Amino acid sequence: MKDWRYWLAEQRGTLLALGIFIVMFVIYTSNHPAGFTANVVQTAANKGVLLAFVAMAQTLVVITSGIDLSVGMIFLLTNCLASWLVVGTPMQTTLGVIAVLVAGLLCGAINGAIVIYGRLQPIVATIATGAVYYGIGLLLRPFPGGSVNEDLADAMTGRLFDLVPASLVVLLAVVLLIWVPFSRSVLGRAAYAAGSSETAAYMSGVPIRRGKFAAYTLAGLLAAIGGLFLTFFTYTGEAAYASGNAYTLFSIAAVVLGGVSLFGGKGSAIGAIFGALAFRTIGDLLFVFDFDPLWQPLFQGVILLVAVSLGAFALFRVRNRLEWFL
Amino acid sequence: MSDTTLGGIASRMPKFIRRADPAVLTAFACIVVLLLVGSLYSRSFLSPEYLLQQLKVASFLGVIATGMMLVILLGQIDLSVPWSVAAGAMMACAAAAYGPAGVALAIPFGIFCGVLIGIVNGIGVAYLRIPSMIITLATNAVAQGLMVVYTGGFSPQDSATGAMRYLATGFTIPGVPNAVIIWALIGAAMVFVLTRSGFGRAVYGIGNRERAAYLSGIDTRRVVMIAFAVSGGLSAFGGVLLAGYASKAAQSMGDAYLLPSIAAVVLGGTSILGGRGSYLGTVAGVILITLLQSILSVMQMPEAGRQIIYGVVIVAMLLLYGRAPASR
Repeated sequence: MKDWRYWLAEQRGTLLALGIFIVMFVIYTSNHPAGFTANVVQTAANKGVLLAFVAMAQTLVVITSGIDLSVGMIFLLTNCLASWLVVGTPMQTTLGVIAVLVAGLLCGAINGAIVIYGRLQPIVATIATGAVYYGIGLLLRPFPGGSVNEDLADAMTGRLFDLVPASLVVLLAVVLLIWVPFSRSVLGRAAYAAGSSETAAYMSGVPIRRGKFAAYTLAGLLAAIGGLFLTFFTYTGEAAYASGNAYTLFSIAAVVLGGVSLFGGKGSAIGAIFGALAFRTIGDLLFVFDFDPLWQPLFQGVILLVAVSLGAFALFRVRNRLEWFL
Repeated sequence: MSDTTLGGIASRMPKFIRRADPAVLTAFACIVVLLLVGSLYSRSFLSPEYLLQQLKVASFLGVIATGMMLVILLGQIDLSVPWSVAAGAMMACAAAAYGPAGVALAIPFGIFCGVLIGIVNGIGVAYLRIPSMIITLATNAVAQGLMVVYTGGFSPQDSATGAMRYLATGFTIPGVPNAVIIWALIGAAMVFVLTRSGFGRAVYGIGNRERAAYLSGIDTRRVVMIAFAVSGGLSAFGGVLLAGYASKAAQSMGDAYLLPSIAAVVLGGTSILGGRGSYLGTVAGVILITLLQSILSVMQMPEAGRQIIYGVVIVAMLLLYGRAPASR
């Protein structure tokens, strides 16, 4: 087989997500009263990147065949933290940004340590740590409020050369600086291998523990970048339980739409980004077509339900009925 | 695991202690400690009235945790608890608005809605082989969407029926709240099903190894589906009782029950991987969680502190006895 065919087979999920996104976005912009203008793209990009960062975080963990139900809460916690720290002179702002990112890394590392070295189930462990992170967020911001360095916030949510949304540029930079090096490194390969078959990976001497730990830690970092951006958009910090839960939920939907296998070992964060953008666009379509906003939660829920049910088609390929039971 | 490490000491103890699960014993020990700590804070903490009141509050969580335990014994998890609770409460209250027939059918209708949610979960997990945490999150979102559309995003105006209030707050036997009796009845039924019926054996079997259970001739998919339906129904029943207690349903009334119900089951020594655990442990876990909540509110701990303590306690207890075996 030719090289490009391998590449195509590997990227099928990502390309499918890209296709879905493009179709959705074309429908969206062609029905939008303002049409395909820089403003529409900027608004869509700003909303989309928030979920894209959280979805990337979720992807890293899902690839190791785990799940992180605390990403939404890390996102909230870092949002609350940023509304305290990312203020003042450029120097103070820089330190604040670094502190927020380190806090995210720390949250991810705690998750990783508990799941990998504590040998707990990722679901329960991350629900519990999520409660802790939410509690800390609430401690930091009992009421919505705070502020952020508005120059930085405007620069991050504005447009470069009056054309390209800055948030998309940051997203691209994060992909190039974090995802690409990680997925090509030994640790990244180990994370994939651990998700694919942990025993086989262990037998082959792959550093699965370090790989998984790196995946959980980087997931915390990516969620923190998302939280930072949320602060840039809203100028405030708010510990809203429902919002954190929604982001966790949507990140799973985005990951599934983006062709990442929930059983681990398959998929890429780039697919999850397109999944996230597509998911956001689906939500926006409702507004373009003048649906009652009340229907939005139901609509998103149904899409999530359908998206996760699509995985069931793999059952038709099963020859031996025992393979139903993992 | 810890049986073997404690073996030397345990062999010198009376038989009934030796046979008990160390996790259940730990949970009961923690209850005693919490009671002692509470009594230091307030004289009335050990009074019968206060303890009975705690038991009544615990019974709502107990009903919900019973369903959760059944699902966890299978090695699955039900994250659709929040909106199953809310849907049960809202639909029961909504039915009450449709005349006398509606009032009579309010409670069954609420439970029925929960069973429906559970059946969707069960079909997804058992027949479509979707990981339970994913499908139950999705049905939770759908149930939330349906309820938001139904209520228009506000708490519904319909109030609970007399029967619901009677079940949650009344006294059939003087001195014993009805809610506690209901929990006791459901608990007894659960113990019977788990220990004396083929269904219960099948649940433990599937939790240990579904393949083996399937090869032994158990229709594992049907058992899993029924378990999810029961869990959904019990969550909704818990919601109905809560609506009776507060005399109306509210939007986010179920949110406060997801983490505690999982925590209660797991703290009671039921393995999160499935196949191991006793109902007595769950009872201990429910009382433990309720007392913890009560003490935190007596100490006027804000919501933030409660969440942190919850999370830390659950992780700590899991690290003590909920760890997966070391690989190879």
